[in-house]
Amino acid sequence: MTTDVTTTMDEEVSFVPSFDDEAESGRKLAIICSKGNLDMAYPALILGNAALGEGIEVHLFFTFWGFDMINKKTQGDLQFSYLGNTAMHPPGMFGVHMPQGMAGLPGMTAATTKMMKKQIADLDVPEVPEFLEMIHASGGHLWACRMSADMMKLHEEDLIDEVEGIISASDFMEITDGAQLLFI
Amino acid sequence: MPTTTIAGRPLEVNEEGFLTHPDDWTEDLGVELARLIGIELTEAHWVPIRFLRTDHAAMGETPTLRRVSTQTGIDVKTLFGLFPKKPAKKMAYVAGLPKPKGCV
Repeated sequence: MTTDVTTTMDEEVSFVPSFDDEAESGRKLAIICSKGNLDMAYPALILGNAALGEGIEVHLFFTFWGFDMINKKTQGDLQFSYLGNTAMHPPGMFGVHMPQGMAGLPGMTAATTKMMKKQIADLDVPEVPEFLEMIHASGGHLWACRMSADMMKLHEEDLIDEVEGIISASDFMEITDGAQLLFI
Repeated sequence: MPTTTIAGRPLEVNEEGFLTHPDDWTEDLGVELARLIGIELTEAHWVPIRFLRTDHAAMGETPTLRRVSTQTGIDVKTLFGLFPKKPAKKMAYVAGLPKPKGCV
């Protein structure tokens, strides 16, 4: 492959996508993950991953039920229930409502979880454990909440290796100085 | 659509500067596109770039970063190292393709 191309440096030649604008502005995104439901885990993962792909510094802070996303014992088994979610309709059947009472029947959460996982996998979107590995490999930072860890009696060894530390809320505020923030 | 001159060739690009006609692309042009965004292509860069070209031809859309990683076996961290900060967009640009549309 040779590079002996003679570039005509007229004004239009400099028209190249400006890839590093955000990086120069030091844009940061902080996402607080406070839920352990399957459908509440994905918004943070998708947005955090997208931000990393844009060169934005990303910090995820896991607190309360969000710990289920980073707890080795639970992260592969997040569940989805439509109990209390009146927007639920069978796949593709917009305008058809699922009776709320049915959501409480035995086996229903397993069925809806399986269905949602399949829909996600069909899009070639990874499951939660692999997604967090990918975010970490892309340079994202994962932090666990000190108070939640103390409440649940969890220690660093209970959490996935990608978690950089168990830190206090004030530590997180310092780390995310100037960041845009999402609470999920 | 604006046009620009790259490697001595007039090329149609979109409002962000991405090539609008994938067929305009050649490997020599890829070298120049990479140079314009500060990347000197090595064989390690060419593996994902060639994958982007063949996958786009087969699927009709630019693969996302995850698809490049899972299909080529190159881990995401390495892709970030080869095409710093915005690997999916930079690979697409160098390969003369539109930005990927997928979220992940």
